[in-house]
Amino acid sequence: MQRWIAAAALLFVAASSSERQRAEHALSRLTFGARPGDVERVMRIGVDRWIDEQLHPERIDDRAVAVRVARFEKAVEIPPRDDKQKARRAGRKAVADVSAQRILRAAESERQLNEVMVDFWMNHFNVFAAKGLDRYLVGSYERETIRPRVWGRFEDLLMATAKSPAMLFYLDNARSRAGALNENYARELMELHTIGVDAGYTQKDVTELARAFTGWSIDKPVNGTVAFRFRRFAHDSGAKTVLGVRLQGGMDEGERMIRFLARHPATAKHIATKLCIRLVSDEPSPALVERVAKRFRDTNGDLRATVKAVLDSPEFWSSRGAKVKSPFEYAVSAIRAAGGTIDDPLPLARELRKMGEGLYLAQPPTGYPDDAESWSGSGATLARLDFVLALVHNKMPGVRVRASDADALARTLGGKEFMRQ
Amino acid sequence: MNRRLFLRTTGLGLLGAALPLRAATRRGKVLVVIFQRGAVDGLNMIVPYGERAYAASRPSIAIPRNEVLDLDGFFGAHPSLQSLMPFWKDRSLAVVHAAGSPDATRSHFDAQDFMESGTPGEKSTKDGFLARAIGKPKSSAPRAVAITTTLPRIFSGAPDAIAATDLAKFRNERASALFASAYPEAFEAARVLGKVDASGGPLKQIASLIKGDVGVEVAFTDVGGWDTHAAQKAPLANNLRRLSEDIAALAKDLGSRMSDVVLVTMSEFGRTVRENGNRGTDHGHGGVMMILGGDVRGGKVHGKWPGLEREQLFEGRDLAVTTDFRDVFGELLTKHLGVTSLATVFPRYAVRGVGVLG
Repeated sequence: MQRWIAAAALLFVAASSSERQRAEHALSRLTFGARPGDVERVMRIGVDRWIDEQLHPERIDDRAVAVRVARFEKAVEIPPRDDKQKARRAGRKAVADVSAQRILRAAESERQLNEVMVDFWMNHFNVFAAKGLDRYLVGSYERETIRPRVWGRFEDLLMATAKSPAMLFYLDNARSRAGALNENYARELMELHTIGVDAGYTQKDVTELARAFTGWSIDKPVNGTVAFRFRRFAHDSGAKTVLGVRLQGGMDEGERMIRFLARHPATAKHIATKLCIRLVSDEPSPALVERVAKRFRDTNGDLRATVKAVLDSPEFWSSRGAKVKSPFEYAVSAIRAAGGTIDDPLPLARELRKMGEGLYLAQPPTGYPDDAESWSGSGATLARLDFVLALVHNKMPGVRVRASDADALARTLGGKEFMRQ
Repeated sequence: MNRRLFLRTTGLGLLGAALPLRAATRRGKVLVVIFQRGAVDGLNMIVPYGERAYAASRPSIAIPRNEVLDLDGFFGAHPSLQSLMPFWKDRSLAVVHAAGSPDATRSHFDAQDFMESGTPGEKSTKDGFLARAIGKPKSSAPRAVAITTTLPRIFSGAPDAIAATDLAKFRNERASALFASAYPEAFEAARVLGKVDASGGPLKQIASLIKGDVGVEVAFTDVGGWDTHAAQKAPLANNLRRLSEDIAALAKDLGSRMSDVVLVTMSEFGRTVRENGNRGTDHGHGGVMMILGGDVRGGKVHGKWPGLEREQLFEGRDLAVTTDFRDVFGELLTKHLGVTSLATVFPRYAVRGVGVLG
């Protein structure tokens, strides 16, 4: 009888310790890091139920962070071009405001998985805030184009980015006209946003696709904002064929190609691969990628179902510590773990630039890398230790932590385990 | 000051020529690599103004003949490269035109990847070719240093490669006291690199690194902003001016030490010969490389010029590649750094001489 009790107790301990490990892993990978007490809270709710909550962020009360970001939510007005100094100031302010909101949400939102996915999709559909008009547009791009769609259908997200002034400007499609073609968007739309570089398209496909998107442009700034505008007179209305699809029409050509590309099996594979790299490991198994791609295809690109397919996989649960945190993930997770308070997010935004992941500042359309090698190594380690030492000794401007033993806290946050997730 | 000038002024030239070339004599030699990420418009960087098709293909963005800095009566440098002209004149600066990768991809990511892995067309290569070139480390002192935010692919797989944007971070005693046992490699690197008094931009830090004599053999940095699809005139001019001024400052800063240094620029591909509809250029093929340093056969545009007439173009639109980038690097690695075999550096490729090093 006693042996039975001992065995049952052991089982209970084993189950709860594995439940603890599951909670730790879920928090580490699906949030910007656990705060003190988070693991216990998630265990109390139940890991699976907590994940289900996170997959439905609209059901999570997030009023507290809404209040915190409010002071950075000022309407951005594109200044007239004649006053260069004013324009520069306004541009810096616009990027600073949107960076501040992003940092506060990452650090304080209860909808943590939502923030992780916003980060993922902003990077997938990267725009560069230092390029011309994009400094004024990146805020509305995140707020109106990306955020409302990260749990919807991929096709809708893709269409929204294709018609967003930020993307039209960043990849130069706004300027592309019949007879005065610009290939930039058409190429990256296939290579990076949808089917991937190895899907077998040709230079001719790129050129013809660029012709299909001629006229997809933006208005001149009116009342400080710009909007999508299809310019019929700039559209190349000649016949064209892209990836075997014959096109001849107006704006519907581009829309048709967006739908075609979104539903292309190579897109399912490409998106599945990137999601698995973000959420599981740098080199996910082909079997896992295929399972996730199948869910993507079967659900018509339902992003909630697709992410859930990743989180339901045994590969996800056995991938503890497999990812190296990016600088953004690392810095925010350190502040959260230290129970820190962010009084002013802007010094942190500057710190992220120094660590190589300035928000909205990835210049190439590929965005920032998402693999261990890019974000580890001695140089990166020393920069992180520098940051941690400043943080625990309250020398990181704009952030307050209360540490009874600063060195002990530094050892934890600067430890190898904490560099990973 | 360049090597020739240095040798002339010190009388070491004869002695140098008499010494047999052995790998062991290569001590202290440094290769500096600058990657122009985004695909620089090589045709406006080093302008083939003698080509009829050049100006004809670029009605609004061609560099006018009277604005180029003439190099040899056929090619001219972009006017923003003014600060490099003294090196052209003293023959320590060479150009290889129509250089690039044989792979036809016009994807930035893939083309950079192929160049840095040193295996065009092969995606499965894990390491970078400069990592393979320097081989196994003899100590923990870093021989490959990148002034970049992330470790570049070209160094991938080198255990003693370091990437950092600010070498001053390597002097942190407090961090060392707390973490030296957790990160022995990082703090061993810090012990070595911490001696270097470095500040400023990437090339300025690289100059300090070379002057610090800490055993670095390959230094790397990258610079973006070359993906000029629209209204390229001003951004290209500004970027070229900044880059050339930084390179000139490095050479000046290193002074006579430049005789141990070869600096090379590279970019993933060139841009379309014809300008696009927006006074810019789209992704092309053949590009251009600059090589500056002590042993360089400078004052010359190397490589076979393929021409810009339609039938001479790659896929009917881009400058052809007549010099494989591996030929250029093969020469720099063997002749300058003393790498004895290129079999693993550029597998399944027979490197041909370019003649860019003396």
